[in-house]
Amino acid sequence: MVAVIAPGPILSARGLTKHFGGLKAVENVDFDLTKGQVHALIGPNGAGKTTFVGLLSGRLAASAGRIEFDGQDITSLAAHSRAVRGIAYTFQITSIYTNLPVFDNVALAIQSRGSKTLKAESLAALDRVGLGSRADQIAGTLAYGHQRLLEVAMGLAMQPKLLILDEPTQGLGTAEIEVFNQLVRAITPEVTVLLIEHNMDVVMNLADRITVLNFGEKLATGTRAQIRADPAVQAAYLGG
Amino acid sequence: MKRALALHIAVLAVLFAAQFVLPPYHHTNIARIMVLAVFAMGYNIAFGYTGLLSLGHALFFAAGLYATGLGIEVWGVPTAVALILGVAAGGAIAAATGVLALRTGGVSFMIVTLMFAQTGYLTILYYGEYTRGDEGIVIARTARAISNLDFSADTPRYFTALALFSIALLVNLVLVRSRLGRSMIAMRENEERSRMLGYDPFRVKLIALSISGLYAGAAGAAYAVLFGYIGASFATIQYSILPLLYVLLGGAGTTLGPFLGALLMFYLIDISSGYTTAHLFVVGAALLVLVLFAPKGILGALREKGAKWLP
Repeated sequence: MVAVIAPGPILSARGLTKHFGGLKAVENVDFDLTKGQVHALIGPNGAGKTTFVGLLSGRLAASAGRIEFDGQDITSLAAHSRAVRGIAYTFQITSIYTNLPVFDNVALAIQSRGSKTLKAESLAALDRVGLGSRADQIAGTLAYGHQRLLEVAMGLAMQPKLLILDEPTQGLGTAEIEVFNQLVRAITPEVTVLLIEHNMDVVMNLADRITVLNFGEKLATGTRAQIRADPAVQAAYLGG
Repeated sequence: MKRALALHIAVLAVLFAAQFVLPPYHHTNIARIMVLAVFAMGYNIAFGYTGLLSLGHALFFAAGLYATGLGIEVWGVPTAVALILGVAAGGAIAAATGVLALRTGGVSFMIVTLMFAQTGYLTILYYGEYTRGDEGIVIARTARAISNLDFSADTPRYFTALALFSIALLVNLVLVRSRLGRSMIAMRENEERSRMLGYDPFRVKLIALSISGLYAGAAGAAYAVLFGYIGASFATIQYSILPLLYVLLGGAGTTLGPFLGALLMFYLIDISSGYTTAHLFVVGAALLVLVLFAPKGILGALREKGAKWLP
């Protein structure tokens, strides 16, 4: 008999707090990510979204609170250890190896988890985002949209359990956004996706659940319909 | 890859052939340059490939020099053992320095490594009873040999230097083409990105610095037996700056840059000091020209101009 288990949270944070001096960037946030879902994190500028995912990915150390990932307490783990455990992070401001060939960029993402077929896997990872023909090009000479896609390819190449995307569609054209949407749909539900996004079309298109942050606190969390209908969210963010 | 390997083998072949035609003076010079190039190659692994700007590599060179020299002269161990001791000392001191110094980065790293090297220099002077300080120790000619191989004679000396240089160069080539090499370059290019890809920057940099120390230690150990003298002057700041200059001149982050830089700088000083006592002025002028017209060094500039295959 195979027991059917309802998908549990792959990541849960309790009382997560980050203060910068007197500034409460993230204040006592409880947060759960359901395995296999696309979860969007929205909120006005300065709401603490990037800080919040910084705490999850380990770029920043939490002032208080606890984070569990895949059944283990990761609160005190360094960023690189979290990456090895399956949390991939793509930067808000494109961060690739601009002086290295495109191939090396994804190869670095793949070899960090160990691979016997580095070359083939790297080329496959590039094909996935349509950059296969540009493997030998220096990454810094790619068009901006392609650099964005390369960074997503690096995140995917890590074969993460959780992919955190910090404003991935910023600066992308409509056609590139469509490629991105298809990519996200193709990787779920194998990969759980946490998406910081300002483009509400992308959010409404992709997100299974949405969490709204405002002034570092969690304002609401729920399905698209619930968030649309929430009066507090409308007041704070959607301009209702 | 084939072109790169062919070039490296060609360079080694030229060096092999050169010993039959070189006059004795240049014969000794080239042997010395090859040993110094090994030191610079080690420096390049830390600086050129991993982005660690150290001002303390004299410490690792001196560790090799003194472990071998004192091993022979003071502790009386066999020459072969003393050489191994020298290589190990370079690696061990670099690793120990790295554990502490790599907690810093950038300018702080330069200063901390400089302080470590100064401490090493002062330690050598402090224990002058054994090290003979500035005066140094001349290693007995009889000890500068392993069975029939007499390192004080021209031909075996040249061959030994060439053998060491060949091994160091080929290991360097393999290293930079390896996954470890790629992760070292990743540290130089974008440390934060690398961390988020799952690399522990401290670990990668510590490995790179330790390998760098092994190279410096090997060069120091070889220098002691090939040229028969150890002294505190080899632990001064000058010997931390020299490999930096070689690497900058030849091309940081290129496998052949350290040798090319050592060769050119050595002869630049050698020739200019024949004409003027202000030979350091000539070196300074050459560096200015370099910074203005080829800031990435000679081979770095060639690579930018189209020879992309240069490793």
